[in-house]
Amino acid sequence: MHELSIVMSIVETAEEKVKEHHAQTVESIDLIIGDLAGVDSHALDFAWEAAVKNTVLQTAKEKIIHGSAARCIECDCEFQIKELFDVCPLCGEPLLQIIQGKELQIKSMILN
Amino acid sequence: MCATCGCDSDAKVSIHRVEKPQPLNIDTLLLTPIEPAPTPLPNGRKQIDLEQDILLKNNLLAERNRGYFLAKNILAINLVSSPGSGKTALLERTLNDLIGKESIYVIEGDQQTSNDADRIASSGAPVVQINTGKGCHLDSQMISEAVNQLNIQNESILFIENIGNLVCPAMFDLGEQKRVVVISVTEGEDKPLKYPDMFQSSQLCIINKIDLLPYLKFDLEALKSYGRKVNPSIEFMELSCTTGEGVTQWYTWLENQKHRNLQFA
Repeated sequence: MHELSIVMSIVETAEEKVKEHHAQTVESIDLIIGDLAGVDSHALDFAWEAAVKNTVLQTAKEKIIHGSAARCIECDCEFQIKELFDVCPLCGEPLLQIIQGKELQIKSMILN
Repeated sequence: MCATCGCDSDAKVSIHRVEKPQPLNIDTLLLTPIEPAPTPLPNGRKQIDLEQDILLKNNLLAERNRGYFLAKNILAINLVSSPGSGKTALLERTLNDLIGKESIYVIEGDQQTSNDADRIASSGAPVVQINTGKGCHLDSQMISEAVNQLNIQNESILFIENIGNLVCPAMFDLGEQKRVVVISVTEGEDKPLKYPDMFQSSQLCIINKIDLLPYLKFDLEALKSYGRKVNPSIEFMELSCTTGEGVTQWYTWLENQKHRNLQFA
């Protein structure tokens, strides 16, 4: 359940930003959570509900942007990688450069 | 253009007095990422574009730990595995064999009890127990506090035994130089495929309890091939903490890492 630590960390940042910008609450928050970031979305939703209670994020609308991409080191082909052990769909090469999917970011927030 | 050397003589010349630099506050610098000004929206609302890593604080503190280890030439190893793969047994064996030759410190992570730290302490090595309560992983803040208590000498080895869990500890950088995943032959050989994040983020995989191989249907080569699928550069080492078979290669590996650490510093 490291998803709980992740949500707690988001709550902490949100509380800081609300204070810093003299706002009341967070109206919406955009997160980027890559498909290879090791985060389970069900566990995240579950943790979110519990952890945002009585915080500035309690009524915030959350939007999560997912995605993943890899480039084959051998043939340069770019493709959507689903698992870390996927191989290049064109040439079967296992050595890949992950260019998207490991992100775990707070992209933006709208403060009210 | 200037005819003497071809420089751009029309360029604006700037002459300015240089003030004495103000001392930098490292804490503010480290923990305050540069952030663009907020965009005002109707009704007094505003949008802030953070683009901030969710684990920023953990990652920054991990880098601080890493810098501390480098400066003191401490080799910090993060040991991860499922519960019962033999992390503590590996440490006990290593301490018994190397104590006196190497200066070794240990940080033990468990949800509850100090049983493991007690086992380690009986070898004479300085040890700190971190009990995370309900937490499923160690983080860089815990390591920073534990390291303060240990007061580690230069040129030492620090083993950090993480919580027995192949999922969550993969996400949290502690500032270690190397991550070592331990798997025992009583587990399934497809663990690397089931828990790819851990095997992808580790540099060495120790296959423990090989003395039990004759009694089990365990396919060593399948394990290695699954491991390399997830992480083509992972190294493997087979050993038994009970019989001591194969442990010298682990000590050689540690010795090599210490030298690499020196070069890197």
